[in-house]
Amino acid sequence: MSRLKLNRRSLLKGAAGSALMAGIGMPAISYGQADALKIGHLTPRTGFLGPLGEYAVQAADLAVEEINAGGGVMGRKIELIKEDSVNPQTASTKAERLIERDKVLCIVGEISSASCLTIAQVAQRTKNLYINTGGNSDALRGSNCNKYMFHVESQNSMYVKTVGRALLAKNMVKGKKWYSLTADYAFGHDLLKVAKRFMEANGGQFAADELVPTDFSDFSTILTKIRSAKPDMVVSNLAGVQITNFLKQYSEFGLDFPVAGFGFDTAVAWGAGKGNFFGTWPLVWHHLIDTPGSKAFVAAFTKKYNRPPENQAWGDYITMKILARSMTDIKSADPLKIIEHWEKEPKFDLLKTREGYFRKYDHQLMHEMYAVEALKASELKNQWDIYKVAPAVPAANEPLDAIASTKEENACNMPA
Amino acid sequence: MTVSLLLQQVLNGLLDGVYYLLIALGLSLIFSLGGIVNLAHGAFYAIGAYLTVALTPHLGFGGAFVAAPISVALLGMAIERTLFQRFYRSDPILSLLLTFGLALVAEQALRMIFGAPTLSYSIPQELRGQIFIGDFIYSRYRAVLLCIAVICVAGLWFLLNRTAFGRVVRAGVQNPDMVGALGISLQPYMSAVAGLGIGLAGLAGVLLAPIYSVHPAMGQEIITPAFVVVVIGGLGSFWGVVVAALLVGLVKGLVVAFGFAQFSTSAIYLMMLLVLLFRPRGLFGERIQRFE
Repeated sequence: MSRLKLNRRSLLKGAAGSALMAGIGMPAISYGQADALKIGHLTPRTGFLGPLGEYAVQAADLAVEEINAGGGVMGRKIELIKEDSVNPQTASTKAERLIERDKVLCIVGEISSASCLTIAQVAQRTKNLYINTGGNSDALRGSNCNKYMFHVESQNSMYVKTVGRALLAKNMVKGKKWYSLTADYAFGHDLLKVAKRFMEANGGQFAADELVPTDFSDFSTILTKIRSAKPDMVVSNLAGVQITNFLKQYSEFGLDFPVAGFGFDTAVAWGAGKGNFFGTWPLVWHHLIDTPGSKAFVAAFTKKYNRPPENQAWGDYITMKILARSMTDIKSADPLKIIEHWEKEPKFDLLKTREGYFRKYDHQLMHEMYAVEALKASELKNQWDIYKVAPAVPAANEPLDAIASTKEENACNMPA
Repeated sequence: MTVSLLLQQVLNGLLDGVYYLLIALGLSLIFSLGGIVNLAHGAFYAIGAYLTVALTPHLGFGGAFVAAPISVALLGMAIERTLFQRFYRSDPILSLLLTFGLALVAEQALRMIFGAPTLSYSIPQELRGQIFIGDFIYSRYRAVLLCIAVICVAGLWFLLNRTAFGRVVRAGVQNPDMVGALGISLQPYMSAVAGLGIGLAGLAGVLLAPIYSVHPAMGQEIITPAFVVVVIGGLGSFWGVVVAALLVGLVKGLVVAFGFAQFSTSAIYLMMLLVLLFRPRGLFGERIQRFE
């Protein structure tokens, strides 16, 4: 006789339930406003990219607050409807809902390249505008490019070429062997391809490349392999909290091969702790950029949230500003008119030394990037300023597209 | 691969298994005794890690190491008294929903209190560094971690198998009605077991905070493999869970060591599938009347 209606299957249900948990995101909270211009904000707020998504949401909020305080756009306030994108399937469902139910004029956000793709497909089907603020994969600007998607986030090629220049200058490429760790999903696969192309073009080779699952947290086995492979450099194509785990454990095991990364967010290094950050890393923006625009943004963000913004915050902040600027300029909130406007390559203030523009050919934002070098623990003055400030890439006398992929490297044929 | 390298990888894998073990032992105990599938177990692990980060500036790592697991254990006992207790005699799907909800609430609470970005935390200065034995290199911190975990597991084994407390708990797992008929109320034992199991999850949080990222969803990363461990090990068997945890760690480690890191997650599910096909009760699962 059984007292409880309980059996072993309950336990299996439990195991299945625990796996389901990762599929539940944050609830959406929105306050309706009559006559407001609605913009959908869709980005991962839970899971391994969640720590970065938080910066995106906070920065988008800040930008909207500033725009509304300045009178809004054409006399109308902007209303942000924020959703947690969770994973590619959920991202697609939520994008549909934002467009069809909430009637947003465009969708902004995302960090995962896999989710960018499913949102872009919805945007294309419904002829709506989607602005990618955090997905790096070249394929999104190449084989998967479409008329309705624009990219404020830099593509993998721009990241690789930015850090690549720093590595070439340090003589870490030609004749060298790299050991690379790659996040095992769309972003990582794409980045590895671009990194290999760079390596081959510049006479280096890979000692090994490891694909690392996104939920992989114990790197000891990989670190042991790296130690015995004795590479000239260790290269990270990892993403999100993976990088934090890697940095912490790399320093725990005391490995001293130089480290460089082709994808990076400052928040993952801030989260690693003192003495656990080293190497050369690429950034689309950082809080130490010495321009009045950046300084004002850093001050406003720090005042509101008690910590400085990082690169992901910049992406979502600047996107809101570009959108507001453009709608005011063309006196229209019609997504198709905005696309038409951006395809004429108007220049925008990006809080950097040079203005930038969306390249008509693949809708990639052309702008300056930075390769930063980690400071030693003994050189740190505070917990935020963890790297040496480097001049922008490309240099002032070069065109902005010098670091972007060429048509040969990443062909985009936009369906009309 | 040299012998020394293989040995290191075996050690890495086993230690990875020890983390799962600290989580899985509690899961198994709580399920065996009360029939609660505790999906919130990972959340208690995360709370342990967050408490460590929050308490270290005041108490140091040593103080946090003691205070955090005890606080998490007390929290676990409070939740057992107020919530779990109501579900011991109901359909397990209800307790599944309860703990699922608890896990989400806990994760979101951490996000609201501490923010979503990863909290910065490092290995305490005195435990940093590496151990070298010839060609062999190991992290000092992990060696300490291993010792602590072994002591805890041995202590738990002693408690369950060599004390009066353990006798009642084991009897309660096998036949709670008979324990009741003998005039022993299982209730305080249920609370104690919840406290112990959840405290162990909190301890895992303390031990892993210095080497893993401390972020709100960290509990999700560890809970599913821990379930796999319990399923592979089999219910009611202490050593089953121990062997399963080490096996999961070892298989994962060796899969990476031989160059298939991308399959390290799927490998443990494949292993669970095989075990379930050939030994539905798990490797060392005992025949427990009320679970059949």
